[in-house]
Amino acid sequence: MRKIWDIHGGIHPPENKTQSLQDNIRAAGIPAQLIVPLSQHIGAPAAPIVNVGDRVLKGQMIGEAKGFVSAPVHAPSSGTVAAIEPRVIPHPSGMSAPCVVINCDGKDEWISHQGISDYRSLDKNTLVDTIRNAGIAGMGGAGFPSSVKLSGGKDKPIDTLILNGTECEPYITADDILMQERAAEIIAGAEILRHIVEPNETLIGVEDNKPEALAAMRAAAEGTGIEVVSFPTKYPSGGEKQLIQILTGKEVPSGGLPADIGIVCQNIGSARAIYRAVCHGEPLISRVTTVTGEACSTPRNYDVLIGTPVQYLLDLSHFDASRCIRLIMGGPMMGYTLQDTAVPIVKTSNCVLAPTVEELPPPPPAQACIRCGMCAEACPVSLLPQQMYWFSRAQEHDKLEEHNLDDCIECGACSYVCPSNIPLVQYYRASKAEIRQAQQDKIKAERSKERFEARQARIEREAAEKEAKRKARLEAAKAKQQSATKDGSKDDIIQAAIARSKAKKSGGADTPSQDPAQAAIARAQAARSGDAVSETAEEKTARLEKQLASTEKRLAAAQQKLQLAIDNNDDNVEAFRSGVEKTEGKLQTLRKELDAHRASQAPAPAESVSDDPAAAAIARAQAKRAGGAEAESPYAARERLTTQIASTEKRLDAAQQKHADAQAQGDANAAAFATAVEKTQAKLDKLRAELAALPAAEPEPPAEASNADDPAAQAIARALAARNANAELSEADKARNAVSSLEKRIAKTQQKLDQAQADGDDNAAILSDTLAKLQGKLDEARQALDALSQEEN
Amino acid sequence: MAFLKVSSPHAHGPMSTGRVMRLVLMATIPGLVALTWFFGFGTLTNVLWASLSALAFEALALKLRKRPIAFYLNDCSALVTAFLLGIALPPGSPLWLILVGTGFAILLCKHMYGGMGYNPFNPAMAAYVLLLISFPVEMTNWLAPRGAVPASELLGPVDALLRSLGIGSAPIDGVSMATPLDILKQNDALLVDDLWAQTPQFGTVAGIGWEWVNLAFLLGGLYLLYRRVFTWHAPLSMLLAIAIMALLFNDGGSSASGGGALFNLFSGATMFGAFFIITDPVSSAVSNRGRVIYGALIGVLVYIIRAWGNYPDAVAFAVLLMNFAAPFIDHYTQPRTYGHKKPNAQEKA
Repeated sequence: MRKIWDIHGGIHPPENKTQSLQDNIRAAGIPAQLIVPLSQHIGAPAAPIVNVGDRVLKGQMIGEAKGFVSAPVHAPSSGTVAAIEPRVIPHPSGMSAPCVVINCDGKDEWISHQGISDYRSLDKNTLVDTIRNAGIAGMGGAGFPSSVKLSGGKDKPIDTLILNGTECEPYITADDILMQERAAEIIAGAEILRHIVEPNETLIGVEDNKPEALAAMRAAAEGTGIEVVSFPTKYPSGGEKQLIQILTGKEVPSGGLPADIGIVCQNIGSARAIYRAVCHGEPLISRVTTVTGEACSTPRNYDVLIGTPVQYLLDLSHFDASRCIRLIMGGPMMGYTLQDTAVPIVKTSNCVLAPTVEELPPPPPAQACIRCGMCAEACPVSLLPQQMYWFSRAQEHDKLEEHNLDDCIECGACSYVCPSNIPLVQYYRASKAEIRQAQQDKIKAERSKERFEARQARIEREAAEKEAKRKARLEAAKAKQQSATKDGSKDDIIQAAIARSKAKKSGGADTPSQDPAQAAIARAQAARSGDAVSETAEEKTARLEKQLASTEKRLAAAQQKLQLAIDNNDDNVEAFRSGVEKTEGKLQTLRKELDAHRASQAPAPAESVSDDPAAAAIARAQAKRAGGAEAESPYAARERLTTQIASTEKRLDAAQQKHADAQAQGDANAAAFATAVEKTQAKLDKLRAELAALPAAEPEPPAEASNADDPAAQAIARALAARNANAELSEADKARNAVSSLEKRIAKTQQKLDQAQADGDDNAAILSDTLAKLQGKLDEARQALDALSQEEN
Repeated sequence: MAFLKVSSPHAHGPMSTGRVMRLVLMATIPGLVALTWFFGFGTLTNVLWASLSALAFEALALKLRKRPIAFYLNDCSALVTAFLLGIALPPGSPLWLILVGTGFAILLCKHMYGGMGYNPFNPAMAAYVLLLISFPVEMTNWLAPRGAVPASELLGPVDALLRSLGIGSAPIDGVSMATPLDILKQNDALLVDDLWAQTPQFGTVAGIGWEWVNLAFLLGGLYLLYRRVFTWHAPLSMLLAIAIMALLFNDGGSSASGGGALFNLFSGATMFGAFFIITDPVSSAVSNRGRVIYGALIGVLVYIIRAWGNYPDAVAFAVLLMNFAAPFIDHYTQPRTYGHKKPNAQEKA
């Protein structure tokens, strides 16, 4: 007699197995529709290899395994693929997952298949592949792909092969009746497994509450060397780890696999499926499922096609829904409740339990834990469930791990015995999930930290590179300047022109032809030029253009964001709006600056027009830029042309003045200046012609016009309109406008000042300052206007 | 059709907290009968008053704490506390003494700590110790047992009631008499054998009546063990520890003797303590190994206090001291989980 070990704890719930053992296994038949989930196993879901509308034959593979830990699925009967879509699958969460839905044609037509007559002559890997291709996954409940268990044993020799016929859960008799009726097939499957694994001994563990199954199995195993071991009934002896302990006295190391201690464990249902697959070529497309519970008047075991809806089985068993408040997939200890009777039977579905309210009453409210310790007595893995319960309630994850929460097999023995009806297992499941979540969050946080640090490093590196480049540029410019001063002669002219233009720029404020805004810009530039002395004219143009382009982009982005915020009714609309306005302001300033700069630079290329390659390059670039804007809209073209005309006009003015100056001074370059004036004039004419040729443009940009109620867009439109209007005004008109607007502002400020003085406001001083400044500006503007009026006259 | 959505397990065992408590109450019946037979109806009046007052205090506490009163009263835990205290008190104790005891037990020792399941100390024993220290005269006033005095001297039901209420010209007084443990403690002249021969309170192995009372509680305890209300670990190790201590320090019966093993096992509150007090799950250690240690240390303390301490009996003190130590014991007695080489606490140590 073999030595039997005992497991710690365990319970003896009412077995309730006789109800479903009154009859033999019956074929459930073919339902109208089969719902075959693509994931019925632990591991990666299978990938569908049929299309909607395809006709499939019984046994045809419809989903192929993806990855090592995966299993294919097969059509359980012949018919047409009606859909490949998510359906509710048997899962504690009641979730949906991809399923292949087959409308059965009732013909049950097999695909051509053939068994292997002499598997012993075959290579083991081929056999494992056969098992894998048959889609066999642990039929005891977990659904671990059988082939994976069989293909891992190369480096670790397997000492013991165990077939699990324990079936310790109450109510379930699927394995029991399979052993009674198909003992020979199970033993044949065991022989195949033995051939693959080559263990020293093969054991079949059966609880002693199944005498008929034991007798049948012992008879079938006669003379094979396979030992059928019976041991006392106790829940949960059927857990893989528990059965291993009972039969061998060994314990699977925490976090390890049975293979680590030289053991492979398979369910007897899986063994039978392996036999059918190897010797008959039949994939796993049906299984024995117990349908029981007092709400079913004819409880029994069915041979069910995978994918058969639970409702179909309940109907066969005369299910009375009015007497049943919970429907369980699996047994009363570890099964989960179903919400939907449309869910299909899958490879792991050993039982559908439909108890009456009296049979399994709803759980009463939990009482306080009295630390009675019955849970610790019942725990098959020697945990301290009540301690874990306290830690779980307090969310002390460290303590839970210290108390080996991970080793909990969720058998439910502790909850079963708890006199206070505390749903202990539920606490452990929740805590396990929390810990998993916390670990994932931790990994995520670490990753983002890494990302942040990498970004920080990159920004620093780029800043350093930029700084280095800037320095290099500075050096180069200095060197150039120095060499230029040394060289003298040819460059002198350019140098002189630059100097002149700078002088003019700094003296711009005094020039009556420029409006006050222009003067302000000039002043700002002068202030800025403190640190940009070394910047050459070309570099400045390039910089300004670059800035302009980037500001335009920013404006576009800001407008988009604003639009989005308005659409979403966001709280930040105001912030976005002011952002847009600011960006617009900046854009305008930049444009003006660029225009001013270009205007001031215009004569420079003219001076060296004959052979200055740099000027030629700039000209080419500008030409190219103009050419590159082919796709621009009439509106944009109009805008561009207007700007260009304005700037060319200014350039023309400047060139004419220079020409006049040169003539007056008898300068040698007078002729060159004359040419420049002519050329600029020609360009201006051309631009004006182009503008005239444009189709009459709409007053507002079309894209923005549609947003009539968008204040930002309106503001932009107004600003543009004002700008366009401004461009068409003569210098004198501009000056007049400036004067009148200044007068208005002065009046307003005066009013405010009076008010402030009357109120004794602190701002009075500031306002009077402002007033003085405005007065100054007004004087300037008036002078400019006078000068212009004289010119006109 | 909406089915219940609940997580497994769906089946539940027949045991409930209320049922556990009622089993404990039932198991005190043999002891109560023995006490009543030998010491009169005083114990029953104790239990009666203690039960009524404990239920009232429990209801009051639950009301103040805004808990469902019926739901919690139904678990019978207050009744168990009342029974245990009523049995521990000298028969026919005055009502005020009982009220102080149950009030302290229920309000302070139980609900101030969070109620059922949260009390670090056994409420009945804490109350007993409070009364013993505060009212030593009343608490050591044990009546003489049947056999040492004529049956007519025992308290009848009416006498017991009147005595507990303090009604009558003079409080109705049964014949008070020192308990065997008292006698042994105060003896410093006679050899144990001589003492035995000269004192009427001694019986076959221990005091007259006391040996039977202890036997009755042992019986009740065995019934609870049979019903799996608790495990054998704590009671057995406590009894073994007392026996071993008594054997170790048995000096052959000198005047300073602490008494033999059998005498100690069947004297005072030994059996009552072993099966009804230290098995209180709330305040004891939780793992089986922990309970062995917990019980053994209580046994050792009981003998030490009896033999060399100031009080004749020691169960209440020993239990309270070990209540302190229970969490500490728990920490070092975590069982080895399946698949692990060692318990985690030891792996770290």
